[in-house]
Amino acid sequence: MKEESATPERKSASAKQPPEDHRLRMVNRTMQLYRNQSHALIETLHAVQESFGYLEEGVLKHVAGTLRVPLSRVYAVATFYHSFTLKPPGEHTCVICMGTACYIGGSGAILGDIKEKVGIGSGETTPDGKVSLLVARCLGSCGLAPAGVFDGEVAGKLSPDNVIDKIGRWR
Amino acid sequence: MTLNIEDLHQIAKIEQDTQQGFQHRINVCVAAGCLSCGSGVVKDALAREVGKRGLDNWCQVKGVGCLGLCTAGPLIALEVGGRFYQGVKVADVADIVEALGASPVDRLLYPDDSAFFQRQLRIVTENCGRIDPERIEEYIAESGYEGLYLALTQMTRQEVLGQVTESGLRGRGGAGFPTGLKWTTVAKTVDSTKFVICNADEGDPGAFMDRSVLESDPHRVIEGMAVAGYATGASQGFIYVRAEYPLAVKRVRMALSQAERMGILGNNIFNTNFSFNIKVRLGAGAFVCGEETALIASIEGRMGRPRPRPPFPAEYGLWEHPTLINNVETFANIPPIIRHGGKWFAGIGTEKSKGTKVFALAGKIVNTGLIEVPMGMPLREIVYEIGGGIPEGKRFKAVQTGGPSGGCIPQQFLDMPVDYDSLMQVGSIMGSGGMIVMDESSCMVDVAKFFMEFCMSESCGKCAPCRVGTRQIYDILCKITAGGATTEDLATLEDLCDLVKHTSLCGLGQSAPNPVLTTLNYFRDEYLAHIHDKKCLAGACKTAKEVS
Repeated sequence: MKEESATPERKSASAKQPPEDHRLRMVNRTMQLYRNQSHALIETLHAVQESFGYLEEGVLKHVAGTLRVPLSRVYAVATFYHSFTLKPPGEHTCVICMGTACYIGGSGAILGDIKEKVGIGSGETTPDGKVSLLVARCLGSCGLAPAGVFDGEVAGKLSPDNVIDKIGRWR
Repeated sequence: MTLNIEDLHQIAKIEQDTQQGFQHRINVCVAAGCLSCGSGVVKDALAREVGKRGLDNWCQVKGVGCLGLCTAGPLIALEVGGRFYQGVKVADVADIVEALGASPVDRLLYPDDSAFFQRQLRIVTENCGRIDPERIEEYIAESGYEGLYLALTQMTRQEVLGQVTESGLRGRGGAGFPTGLKWTTVAKTVDSTKFVICNADEGDPGAFMDRSVLESDPHRVIEGMAVAGYATGASQGFIYVRAEYPLAVKRVRMALSQAERMGILGNNIFNTNFSFNIKVRLGAGAFVCGEETALIASIEGRMGRPRPRPPFPAEYGLWEHPTLINNVETFANIPPIIRHGGKWFAGIGTEKSKGTKVFALAGKIVNTGLIEVPMGMPLREIVYEIGGGIPEGKRFKAVQTGGPSGGCIPQQFLDMPVDYDSLMQVGSIMGSGGMIVMDESSCMVDVAKFFMEFCMSESCGKCAPCRVGTRQIYDILCKITAGGATTEDLATLEDLCDLVKHTSLCGLGQSAPNPVLTTLNYFRDEYLAHIHDKKCLAGACKTAKEVS
């Protein structure tokens, strides 16, 4: 399980005044759709992540209050599932698949190269905040192994060189 | 709006007439695999080209679900003539349209005599690559929802249960529990609220069958679930699908709203007193949620941690009500079973494993992609004929089935028929259907380590054998691959595997040692080479000796 904590220094204004943030609209709508029932927690967290890019502490408190779920449980769910992150992502996101087919196809070497040349490991962001690296369990694009996702677009048959090249163009 | 059978036939007829009005039909695969190599752009370019030449009424261009051969994407099927074009680029579009009605474009043609397409038997994927998954009319034109209509209007619940039991269908999620028995158990419970859940949390790395079915033919799964709802007495269904499959989620949501609009889902379906609704729930990236009790916890909005069984979800499931949980592929088998009868289905496959199985072929194999074959087909036929063998003239080493819960099957079992029981005998499992082929360049200890790392980080942490045991096993495997292990470590490894296998709470822990056990069994020499000679036979690991 991941051990992560929110980074308070990057908290935006929205955390202080949650109800006035336009990004909260989608979050509130999701909760209303489920009539604020507690089982909507995971769906709501998906909505938070989609609008904010990550799970912001202030918003989590707002969700806990609205759904009447203890904050501890919200935190437990947020850290249990791999899709959720408590850290703000970089401007661009690179996901490398480490499913079996991609692993056999050499995605380990790609990760090694990124670590060496870009200096970030899984779940890390470059110091300039430009690029985040994530590792996926399996994208289901095994026919194109090794595969990855660059800013939402799936790309297959990757090699260390073309991955470094793609990342280089973002910086 | 309430439909009857005439309406269904009418929709089907209109759709078929429209299709037949075209002299040529170009089907472009727009499932995730081909989309990621640019099939979306190719499809638009084709449509533009056809429009530019004023051939709109003569040639149809449509996006279809998975054609199966992901390695040759973007893939295009010409319905007239039945040929395939592979690796199509936008630059090829003009030539393709030009060649319609004349001789095909040779440089793009996929070989006609390829066993890949000819040796398959398609039941679950019969519509994949033929219909536009985003239009319900095309599904209806292929006898879609006729099975549901038959079940609701002409069969009693008992008869539906009887057909499913007679078919001999076993759960396609991996364990192979008889579907008829599961349905009957839920049907027998006395409770006014029951649920049907479709498990689309396809977490096994290397498996993408469920994704392809949902992306290519979502209505089939919806129909299967509705039949299950009728047979078991449930009126609410959930599809629990991975958030990592955005396209599948989009198409399922689209299919649900189309079915609701036509009155195929909702209240009083087909003018009967049966009502059924389906909601989508997104997973959030936890492998353990494929386990049914963990999946239920996740739908309830909690951490996906399993609980001891019994009581089984069939009696005590979602919000403490009886709940039927089946895999995507299991539900996808239901409509043809209802249409053709259980006996027809039971005539396919082997004595104890009926029907077909969809496999995702990946790894070191020429034809990676999705295939569907009858149960009992020898492994050799799948790997060498349909799969086209190992690329670059390398030697076959093993095939891994069942993901992190399965095992590695070595060469001596290549002639084994692929069915639930044979796979179990050699220490692996059917699993959800991922098949990853490895050649001589893969180190089996490294592969075992890969799976153990997976299980270790996916362990939910509830029970100690799994939480601590997988970590200990992983550490020993690291030590072996680094060339620092002794013979005692090997004995400890075997003890630990036995312990984790027999004392873990749920399937994740109980099956986590399988990759280690099978590789220890069939590739012990590789473990010994790492330990005694500090050498990796495949040259994949950097052992102590090689580093120094």
